[in-house]
Amino acid sequence: MTTKPESPPRPGIDWRGLATSLLVSLLAIFSALVIGAGVILVTSGSASPNRSPGVCDAVGEIQSVYVLCKAYGGLFVGALGNPRAIANTLVEATPYILAGLAVALGFKCGLFNIGAEGQIIMGSMAAAVAGAMFVGLPMIIHLPLALLAGVLSGALWGAVPGFLRARTGAHEVITTIMLNYIAIRLIDYLIKGPFRDTSSSAPRTAFVAEEARLPFLFGPDYRLHAGFLIALIMAFVIWWLLNKTTIGFEIRTVGANPDAAQYAGMSITRNFVLAMAISGGLAGLAGASTVLGLEHNYKAAFTGGYGFDSIAIALLASSNPIGIIPAAMFWGALRNGAGLMQLESGISINLINIIQALVIIFVAADQIVRWIYRLPARRGTQTTLTRGWGG
Amino acid sequence: MSEGFRLDRRRIVALAGIVVALALFGIVSSQVPGDQISTLRITYANARPVDPPLADIPLPTVATVGVVALLLIAGALYIMRGTGRDLTSIYAGVLIFATIFVILIWAISGSRTDIVDMLARMVRLATPIALGALAGILCERSGIINIAIEGLMLTGACVGFIAALLSGNSWIGMLIAILGGGTIVMVHAILSIRFKIDQIISGTVINILAVGVTGYLRANVILPLTSAGATGSTLAAIPIPLLSSIPVLGPIFFNHRPVTYLMLILIPLMHLLLFRTAWGLRTRAIGEHPRAADTMGINVIGLRYLNVFFAGMMAGLAGAWFSLEASFNFDDVMTNGRGFIALAAMIFGKWTPFGALGGALIFSSADALQIKIQGFDFALPPQFLQMLPYVITIIVLAGIIGRPRPPAAIGKPYEK
Amino acid sequence: MTPVLEVRSITKRFPGVLANDKVSFTLEAGEIHAFLGENGAGKSTLMNILYGLYAPDEGEILVRGERVAIHGPTDAIRLGLGMVHQHFMLVPTLTVAENVMLGTEITSGLLLDEKQANRRVRELSEQYGLTVPPDALVQNLPVGVQQRAEIIKALYRGAEILILDEPTAVLTPQEADDLFEVIKVLRAQGKSIIFISHKLKEVLAIADRISVLRRGRMVGSALPQESTEESLAAMMVGRDVTLTVDRGAASPGAAVLAIDELVVLDDRRQRAVDGLSLEVRSGEVLGIAGVQGNGQTELVEAITGLRPTEAGHVILAGTDLTGASPRRVLDGGVAHVPEDRHRHGLVLSYPIADNMVLSTYLRPPYAHGVVIDDAAIAANAERLVEMFDVRTASAHAPASTLSGGNQQKVVVAREFTRPIKLLIASQPTRGLDVGSIEFIHKNIIQKRDEGVGVLLVSAELDEILALSDRIAVMFKGKILAVIPAEQATRHGLGLLMAGVVEEPADVIPA
Repeated sequence: MTTKPESPPRPGIDWRGLATSLLVSLLAIFSALVIGAGVILVTSGSASPNRSPGVCDAVGEIQSVYVLCKAYGGLFVGALGNPRAIANTLVEATPYILAGLAVALGFKCGLFNIGAEGQIIMGSMAAAVAGAMFVGLPMIIHLPLALLAGVLSGALWGAVPGFLRARTGAHEVITTIMLNYIAIRLIDYLIKGPFRDTSSSAPRTAFVAEEARLPFLFGPDYRLHAGFLIALIMAFVIWWLLNKTTIGFEIRTVGANPDAAQYAGMSITRNFVLAMAISGGLAGLAGASTVLGLEHNYKAAFTGGYGFDSIAIALLASSNPIGIIPAAMFWGALRNGAGLMQLESGISINLINIIQALVIIFVAADQIVRWIYRLPARRGTQTTLTRGWGG
Repeated sequence: MSEGFRLDRRRIVALAGIVVALALFGIVSSQVPGDQISTLRITYANARPVDPPLADIPLPTVATVGVVALLLIAGALYIMRGTGRDLTSIYAGVLIFATIFVILIWAISGSRTDIVDMLARMVRLATPIALGALAGILCERSGIINIAIEGLMLTGACVGFIAALLSGNSWIGMLIAILGGGTIVMVHAILSIRFKIDQIISGTVINILAVGVTGYLRANVILPLTSAGATGSTLAAIPIPLLSSIPVLGPIFFNHRPVTYLMLILIPLMHLLLFRTAWGLRTRAIGEHPRAADTMGINVIGLRYLNVFFAGMMAGLAGAWFSLEASFNFDDVMTNGRGFIALAAMIFGKWTPFGALGGALIFSSADALQIKIQGFDFALPPQFLQMLPYVITIIVLAGIIGRPRPPAAIGKPYEK
Repeated sequence: MTPVLEVRSITKRFPGVLANDKVSFTLEAGEIHAFLGENGAGKSTLMNILYGLYAPDEGEILVRGERVAIHGPTDAIRLGLGMVHQHFMLVPTLTVAENVMLGTEITSGLLLDEKQANRRVRELSEQYGLTVPPDALVQNLPVGVQQRAEIIKALYRGAEILILDEPTAVLTPQEADDLFEVIKVLRAQGKSIIFISHKLKEVLAIADRISVLRRGRMVGSALPQESTEESLAAMMVGRDVTLTVDRGAASPGAAVLAIDELVVLDDRRQRAVDGLSLEVRSGEVLGIAGVQGNGQTELVEAITGLRPTEAGHVILAGTDLTGASPRRVLDGGVAHVPEDRHRHGLVLSYPIADNMVLSTYLRPPYAHGVVIDDAAIAANAERLVEMFDVRTASAHAPASTLSGGNQQKVVVAREFTRPIKLLIASQPTRGLDVGSIEFIHKNIIQKRDEGVGVLLVSAELDEILALSDRIAVMFKGKILAVIPAEQATRHGLGLLMAGVVEEPADVIPA
């Protein structure tokens, strides 16, 4: 009776599933770029100022194609054309990795944090203030302190919607957006008021102390700073937290089936608050790393559209913390190359926003991509993030 | 402790009322000298600045605030008793209005302001919020969550503005804004109805797409057009003959621009359609229990598409308010969260048109106050007043003002 | 005479299931034709095909001798078919009259004519003896009245053929009697009725003709006067199944669970549990009988910490756990087999192994500090899969890949292998196959014999009778009586379930 049945090997990673979701992501990007090209072809004709409207001849067609080549060519060269471009792509990718992780962690808990923007703003501000407030602290204290200030204020800004969602049912999609607007007004007040650098004519905070700055990795010629390493490490930390700890088990369970989680003794409130706090903290770190590594002070709330970008990144990576890294790098490349694209072709940087929205559509609605490219339908159930407005 | 004093919603609101009342009185009485007067001016309709006012109402600042505070405390004690009808929601609404009134009185102490002008401005500023809320009601009553209203407004504002620039006619612009909203919303409709995508995600997609598309259009179409000399003008005010010259009421209700009138017409019209017609009955049915409606031969999917389309057009109209009525201009993200505030107004109004208008007026009063106060030397930094609508939105969503039940089927795709 | 309805060789396949397999039958005018079958026998599928909600893969339908295609409810209504669904198709926030006219509205001009709609409902009420208040909101009406509104809805549309899908499932025995009277009035007025049920007694009482479905196939038909419960049961189940469980006498000890004057509100803030007191002793099974919706769900949720309590006390083995968190209740030694295993019992997207530690993941051996021990979790899963005979390819397959019975075994395995004092089993065998039912019943009795106190809540009177040592009847949030199992009869329990108490001294608040 002791013949123990052959225990089946525990599947470490579902390679097949991973491969198809990677394929879907790539096809989503491809489709979005194709439609983006269509937008360029349609609008570049009418928008070019030296052509009279209404003339649609062969020259116009050719000119449109020319603009398209210039645009996407510029995009590519700008992103990856030389070592400095690559370094800049990685610089751009740094906050994206962290903010993408923030959104992905929210998804894992069944929460849709679309307010990473506000959390980044709060984190940036706090890091800038903490970095400038002290003089003469050793780096080993001052830098972590400034980073921590960013993390904590981002975490606070995230925890509030988490608490409201758990306790009152107020949907985080709206409360986080509202907190974005509140953060912008608050920062506007702080930058013009209490924390204004009086030595400057423009409203901004004072420069952070040398000891609070993230060092450049390859010298000041390349803007790549140590924040990039922090972001990489955080991706692995979050992966470990989610998959190898009881904290992550609870967060994932609450996200997958809140009723079952409650039944099993987990606290929805605690996990919502915790997940949103970690999420906000990651976004705050994204802001802090940009301020401490790159800007070295904080100017009137920069709204780089990080909040929406990070949603696209999290969806592209299927909320897999490790997958966030390449997705964020791709995004960094797009953003970094956009400048040269505009310079070369006159196509607005906003094209990237359109591509971004299309990528989100195609990844979120992966049935569409599977349907267009005749891929097999996904098994299992669609993740549901919404349970109405009520609790 | 389970039998003891419990902090339920009623008591939280009542306590908040008392705290706010005391705080307002305390702050105002410490900041404003006791003999200061705040004067509310009531002007004639269509008055020029040089005309004498209809009336000036001098209010001793501190005493007035004291009276308001006392009334608020009395009201709080009344609802705390908890007998009779639950007036908590109404009290909470009154509390917000009272707070705004007190801040106004405080800000103008020693000076005066035209109150009719402020009330008329409230109605104007309520327009996009109320229209957005109507769009939300249409969708959610049919069982579709629509958080895309912000994006629809933005799209409407942008394409309407382009059409107005190209045609030189802002009415055509308004029409295109309506159609633009109706077109873009179909992306949300198809994603959530046909592909059964999470409705929050597909709504967010619209919002993101709208930022991208309108930003692109602004840079690549609007700016080239305006630099080539294309111009236009805002939709002009149309004073209603006779009615507009009624004192007080005339300027508040009968001297507006087209989109505001349309809002004032659509609110009662939607109420009638929703609660008194076959279409309304069916709409309410598919939002509560789509399968029941299906078994009675109602085309759930078709009606959802139709209603979402109408909602999109209404949000597009709200967009026209921004770019063609409030100003002749299009700015990136000019809607500034009004689409989300509209949803809060919808929830505040318990998914009814008149309730939504009430909610919209709360938000617009905060806006109007903020604009009004800009002209006065006031202790509170303007940024904090600007935050007010967003803070109120969060408070509304948190259910402090009311915990109404949304339509039962929202957010759930209908499976045959 | 041509039958009003004839179904020929209907086949319907769902992924992995043959729901209807060449089903044929006829329905004569003015006849009550009962369809008998277990849960999942294919009765509801068949009726949904008739009503146009599903399209059949094969077969044909004839109405009054003519071949028809029913593509949707509109077609069905046009052909004179009306359906009273098991889960009422009523919009709770609308009035009865609004529900009745929905889709075929009475209007004057563009506006709805509520007055005339109310009048029409009243007319139908009087004609068929179906009392309903036309202008009341459906959500405020008792279940029996809602059902009458459903029937009026069909009659309003001129239904000649009425399909009643499990109409008595949510009714008390007395409400069911009222329904039978209504059905007889309908028959007397020439309507033809299809009556679906899995309850033998009522089928024998009401039907003119009985057809039996098993696993999607029509296995026979019978006339009630020539049938007995036993003969029908044999046809329905296919083999003789006795729901008696092999068990010895209980040896109850001290109280493990004492509930005192408990008050719990439901989602609509009404008192679902209304001053209820109850005691479960160690080593006994206390069964709670009652029609669904009398507060059983809320009671269990309150005990397990999933729902707040308004007043009263829940005491577990001497410790007051009133209003305690689910975690404290679990740690206090309570196992809970929840009513809805998909909602509460399992995370379907998780592997079986993770589901088996859903409530124990945070302590050794499964976790050290906050770090999870995957190997320990896997070892536990493999042990339990074998012990509880969970049929699966791997302990790491997602729970969603299991059959209902095996999913329930995962829940049972997890809950029964913890050190527990009290076991709460809510509808533990709902929707399961016979083999799984027997397995789970055996395990419940085994826990009892180990000295665990068992609180069993079930809508199936047979299950209550088979397992319980004492039976408590719950009605409108209160326990009406607690009866030793050996003294309980179906009839007596049925009366109590309807709120009828024999001693007139006990006044039951309406």
